[in-house]
Amino acid sequence: MTVQSIAPATAASLARAVVCRGVTKDFGEGDTRVQALRGVNLDVLGGEMTLLVGESGCGKTTLISIVAGLLDPTAGEVTVLGQSLRGLRGRRLVQFRGQHIGFVFQQYNLLPALTAAENAAVPLIIAGRKRAEAVAKARTVLEAVGLASKVNSLPSQLSGGQQQRVAIARALVHEPKLLVCDEPTAALDAHSGQTVMQLLRRVAVQPGRAVIVVTHDNRVFGYGDRIVHMSDGAIERVEERTVAFSS
Amino acid sequence: MGKFEVMNWIALKMLMGNRAKYYAIVFGVSFAVMLMSQQAAIFAGLMRNMTSQIRDIQGADIWAMDPSVEFVDDLTPMDDQAVMEVRGVPGVAWAIKLYYGKARAQFQEGNFKQFIVLGIDDQTLVGAPTQMKLGSATDLRKPDGIILDENGYRYLFPGQPIQLGRVFEMNDRRAEIVGICKASPTFQTFPVSYTTYSRAVRYAAQERNTLSFVLAKSEDNRDPKEVCRRIEDQTGLTALPQDDFSWKTMSYYMRRTGIPVNFGITVLLGFIIGASIAGQTFYLFTIDNLKHFGTLKAMGVGNLRIVGMVMLQGSVVGVLGYAIGLGMASGFSDAMKWLLRDSGLPSADFMAWPIPLGTAAAAGLIVLASALFSLRRVLALEPASVFR
Repeated sequence: MTVQSIAPATAASLARAVVCRGVTKDFGEGDTRVQALRGVNLDVLGGEMTLLVGESGCGKTTLISIVAGLLDPTAGEVTVLGQSLRGLRGRRLVQFRGQHIGFVFQQYNLLPALTAAENAAVPLIIAGRKRAEAVAKARTVLEAVGLASKVNSLPSQLSGGQQQRVAIARALVHEPKLLVCDEPTAALDAHSGQTVMQLLRRVAVQPGRAVIVVTHDNRVFGYGDRIVHMSDGAIERVEERTVAFSS
Repeated sequence: MGKFEVMNWIALKMLMGNRAKYYAIVFGVSFAVMLMSQQAAIFAGLMRNMTSQIRDIQGADIWAMDPSVEFVDDLTPMDDQAVMEVRGVPGVAWAIKLYYGKARAQFQEGNFKQFIVLGIDDQTLVGAPTQMKLGSATDLRKPDGIILDENGYRYLFPGQPIQLGRVFEMNDRRAEIVGICKASPTFQTFPVSYTTYSRAVRYAAQERNTLSFVLAKSEDNRDPKEVCRRIEDQTGLTALPQDDFSWKTMSYYMRRTGIPVNFGITVLLGFIIGASIAGQTFYLFTIDNLKHFGTLKAMGVGNLRIVGMVMLQGSVVGVLGYAIGLGMASGFSDAMKWLLRDSGLPSADFMAWPIPLGTAAAAGLIVLASALFSLRRVLALEPASVFR
């Protein structure tokens, strides 16, 4: 096991990729109203990995759903990559998501009938690239995540860790400026979880790209440049770290 | 390949990747189409068989009859004078007598069988069968000659070679088979025999009046309907173009028997069962894929494209199911005809052109309803649900 140090982020990459100001989110109405977020202020910097951590139900998933443009806040302002999400609606919001945001899900969410390369190519296909071209690009990204020999495998032929690596390749293939990962290690054993986090650090964290990882797995806290601790719909504290992680 | 086509490719991969459900949906549509088209074809075949004797009479385009007649087997014999009256109507090129009735035949073995007897004009032989298997229509001029239809022959003489010269009696009068023809199957499955009018009335039980129908031909360039109106005005008879008489006969059976209702129920059951299987499976298929549709939505696929993908999946299973179902119905029909080929039992199905169209519409409705029902869930799906 070796220990690597991450070089400090450059000034340019520290630009604020996500800015949340006074974000609240309510679900339900009247007596059944639940306040999932209570005036959250958050900055996520490019070139960094930000971990959102906290107990189940603390609002982490709600917050990344809002940041990713999948959910509207009840109040507050969210700016992603310099674009206020309030100003984006309908097709423009969908296009914005497709172009600039990559997603990694807890359960991988790979299409079972597509090969690893085809799955990884989906964002490019959505963006309008030709299938052959998209798959060719996806193959190179799969090679980068160590799955060169599995490009033609179906998800059912891959282990959980391998499927999550395909999902990471899919999230990166269109070179998004923001990567949103929801519990990427929750469905994996400890070793696979470490592998996935190392991969995210090595491949995903780049100057100009912000990575947000929602997790409650304290074994992976060491991979984050910042750890945002949430509790009861609010940010409790932000822990900044000089990252060192094992690989 | 455009963006839309590539998304269609993903939609098809999603559909065909889940083979169990894919086959189940196609099977559901196929089953519905097969049941609906096969039952509708049998219904159409039965309706057609009810009018076999009307359609098999060639040459005349007008049937004149007693006004009380409601369908072809509902006979009210007329006086022979009626044919003269019809001949006197302007626009009628010619008119001849037709005897239509049933007679009981006694065979040398002592057994009896009921026959349909068609007595055609002695001189012109208009109305004689046009498709002869053995002998010719002019052989009816031979003494005691009758022509029997092939199915009737096989029914009367099962397993025996088809040959002319067999003799039997009707109404104590000798009849000899001088020809074998092809005739459309009859509703009641009685053998059909053709003979001359004068001989037919001797074979039949004696009645004062023996004229069943007057067959007439309208003059060239005359509208048969107009000629029919004139015949009715001038003679007091009912006169109908051949097609109209067929429809009147079918209409009678549809109104006065439970046949349409029973077949209608079966067709409806086919629709309901097929729709249930296909609809439910398609719905479950979509529910299985909700997570993937949600993922695609999150990754930047709009609702319109999702609708297109689901509709494409529905269309593919609809078209495939329809083709397989219709093929199965046709195959079933052909198999039945092949199995019954030597039995003398006619197959009673007829794939009239509205049937494939109607079942296509029904299959389309099943698929559309299934897709719309499933789409409600897909469209209502919040992209954020992928994080739950």
